[in-house]
Amino acid sequence: MTDTTTTPPEIGGVGHSVKRVEDARLIEGQGNFLDDIALPGMLHMALVRSPVAHARINGIDTDAATAVDGVLAVVTGELMAAHGLAWMPTLSGDTQAVLATDKVRYQGQEVAAVIATDPYAAADGAELVDVDYEMLDAITTPQQSLAEGAALIRDEKEGQTDNLAYTWETGDEAATDAAFAGADRVVSLTTHYPRSHPSPLETCGIVADVNSVTGQATIYMTSQAPHAHRTLFALVAGLPEQNIRIISPDIGGGFGNKVPIYPGYVVATAASLLIGQPVKWVETRTGNLISTGFGRDYYMTGELALTNEGRIQAMRVDMLSDQGAFYSDAQPTRYRAGLFHVCTGSYDFPHAHIKCRGAFTNKAPGGVAYRCSFRITEASYLIERLMQTAADELGIDPAELRLRNFIQPEQFPYETATGFVYDSGDYPTALRKALDAAGYDELRAEQAAARAEGRLVGIGIAHFTEAVGAGPAHTYDIAGLKMIDSAELRVHPTGKAILKLGVKTQGQGHETTFAQIVAEETGIPATDIKVIHGDTDDTPYGLGTYASRSTPVGGAATAMVARKIADKARHIAAHLLEAAPEDIERDADKFHVAGSPDQAVSIQDAAFAAYTNLPEGMEYGLEDVTYYNPPNLTFPYGSYVVVVDVDPETGVWKVRRMVALDDCGVRINPMIVEGQIHGGLTEGFAMSSMQWITFDDDGNCIGSNFMDYLVPTAWETPRFELLETVTPSPHHPIGAKGVGESATVGSPAAFVNAVVDALAHLGVRNIDMPVLPDRVWEAIDSAGG
Amino acid sequence: MEITININGTDHTADVEPRWLLVDHIRTGAGLTGTHIGCDTTSCGVCTVLVDGTPVKSCTMLAVQADGREVTTVEGLKSADGLHPIQQAFSDEHGLQCGFCTPAMMLVGAALIDENPAPSDDEVRWAISGNLCRCTGYMNIVKAIQAAAAAAASSNGDG
Repeated sequence: MTDTTTTPPEIGGVGHSVKRVEDARLIEGQGNFLDDIALPGMLHMALVRSPVAHARINGIDTDAATAVDGVLAVVTGELMAAHGLAWMPTLSGDTQAVLATDKVRYQGQEVAAVIATDPYAAADGAELVDVDYEMLDAITTPQQSLAEGAALIRDEKEGQTDNLAYTWETGDEAATDAAFAGADRVVSLTTHYPRSHPSPLETCGIVADVNSVTGQATIYMTSQAPHAHRTLFALVAGLPEQNIRIISPDIGGGFGNKVPIYPGYVVATAASLLIGQPVKWVETRTGNLISTGFGRDYYMTGELALTNEGRIQAMRVDMLSDQGAFYSDAQPTRYRAGLFHVCTGSYDFPHAHIKCRGAFTNKAPGGVAYRCSFRITEASYLIERLMQTAADELGIDPAELRLRNFIQPEQFPYETATGFVYDSGDYPTALRKALDAAGYDELRAEQAAARAEGRLVGIGIAHFTEAVGAGPAHTYDIAGLKMIDSAELRVHPTGKAILKLGVKTQGQGHETTFAQIVAEETGIPATDIKVIHGDTDDTPYGLGTYASRSTPVGGAATAMVARKIADKARHIAAHLLEAAPEDIERDADKFHVAGSPDQAVSIQDAAFAAYTNLPEGMEYGLEDVTYYNPPNLTFPYGSYVVVVDVDPETGVWKVRRMVALDDCGVRINPMIVEGQIHGGLTEGFAMSSMQWITFDDDGNCIGSNFMDYLVPTAWETPRFELLETVTPSPHHPIGAKGVGESATVGSPAAFVNAVVDALAHLGVRNIDMPVLPDRVWEAIDSAGG
Repeated sequence: MEITININGTDHTADVEPRWLLVDHIRTGAGLTGTHIGCDTTSCGVCTVLVDGTPVKSCTMLAVQADGREVTTVEGLKSADGLHPIQQAFSDEHGLQCGFCTPAMMLVGAALIDENPAPSDDEVRWAISGNLCRCTGYMNIVKAIQAAAAAAASSNGDG
């Protein structure tokens, strides 16, 4: 492991595997998750959801529901409309129904809400709300949706005459087409990245407590972005922003699922306002899976133009995305297909052209960045699967093909064909190290011998590059809010500190790692620093935690504010040492005059002096706040090698080895980084092998519970072997790049490439995810194997 | 109907609706919110408690079925001697991230090492295969349970 520490363990700065401070409460059952919150007089809400995918609502009879003992009110779209809240904006500039008034447009859509004194009564009431549906044909694929004569799903939307949600393109079409026209070889791949769902183990929920006398709205909410949500609540509901306090308590996993604002949040808040009591809504698992933000669902055709020697000259991509009934991708405004244009991957070539269309269908809306930085997972998958296809078609070893095309270390900063400027990297070293650890040459020899015996062994490679840490204010905003983030540091007279963050953990360990950044920069021991986050009344503004942006943006803000504090402390130390500030140096937690380490002032002494003994003209106190606008994204990368054994009789494949090398720049807490990689690899394995949401022809969601939507258990999950290289980001204050999503982004292609590699000699070039045994068997069968 | 359940060593008597789930009774009736709810279909296991020492998914047992029985929740793991070895091991081995599945995972682990003082990697994985985790990829959970087993064996003088 690379040692990047500069502080002793008792200070616990960057590079130490400090044990997590979060654990103390969580291992004793003292976490405070949303459903653990109980307020005096709190009521409970249950949602009535549409059982059908597409139907006109002719009427809603609430009499039987209202008659249930304990039911206080039934909220319908009509009531919400009377308050101007039947519709709300999405994060992609569309509008979404809060409670349906005209039509239901997907199975699971919110139609009414029952408010009761206990959750059982609310559920009883919801069962008895009688909705008169006039059935309409469901459109369940984007291809049907955009076909001539397809029924209009969004008939309420002004100016909408078809089911097209958006179009987007980037790159140089003419130069790309010219490169393709002159290419020695063209390889192509058409594949579907299926609809998946983040499904954190804690579903979404809210406790809305609106005081009708004071107007104060205290909203406890499973929110990955509490500040942004506060502003959106103010804009949508017209509440004064100073009276809205969003508290995001302990979150039981997010993975992008808890970024959007869902109808349940809005209805519960409106109900609390109207009734004058707190209202709790906790989503059921089925509600979570069938109605909240899904991920992926991209139909992609990618092509590479290559020389006979395997040098890539250009890339061309045409995509169609299934957006569901409302276009509600959580993504930067400027980019309609997220950051898909990172699809040029780790390779050096001059031309690319990408176009994408999105279609409305009778499915749940979403398009959230499921553990990825806005469509980067789809992009990484496409290029890495194309590399496998090209290797098989050209007869070049897939590792060798990558080595021939890599951006070289001396080319950084490197501008890609689609305009990203990659910050740093050493791709050949990373891939070679991963190959060596896997024993690549021996594996290829074994594969050849196995094929001779009729056994199927596959070796899959993926070398991904991510674009994370959105982002620079000149380019990145969500709903108009620039994607900056913040940190406030207060050092008390005894030298203990409180750090307040605009970002919000969902298990990433911010209370530990962000304290380590302050420890690194000031010398205050990490254990002396309390981290506060998730309460908008008590933390500075920020856009929240998703898209691997906490470390690149919030972590940078933390380092910068800590540097301001350290600099003031240095000036105070100079005063105490009767020396000039420019002569003062810091060693971990002590300031001393250069060349005289014996005469020192500790950071704690300087903190005390900040409130008791200041140099003339200096303001009292040792506090500051920083808002950080990153100069660029960061670009973590990795090399993954997967070895699988495929049973030719059944199509069942088993992962024999998974070697994962990640370079996320400087690692703040190696233990936590490795934990995140383990989790990400597991989600990548899940998507490649079992985890998908499908629909029947009537739009019924198949995958509405954990018996149909398969999440891997410990039994199926492979063991992982982790490696690292450390290439710091040159523009991040501590050189960190972010890591939470790398493994989810990079690993699906490695798993699929491994299975395809096992069958490549039979002529198999593609199996769509999830690579289910029956699909493998069919691929073998149709190849005549 | 009136029931008495011994939860973490203390008798809790309550008048409950027959349809109330054990998990709701533990969380709302007894006020012990360390036991979580994740799926409604007995699939995710975050509601797992020990009933007479055996792991049970408390979303799939009625409160009245637990009448007269002993229930252990995460709040009952710690003793006067301090943390249970499984709690210490989960923290030491980084066996948790968001912490939502953790109480159940620790209880299943504790029950396993009561029966099997030195479980193999496969034995641990099989034992926790009714409990989902979305954060950790299970690697460190397995390590934590094995470390707890080793620590328990060592403190029992046979390790």
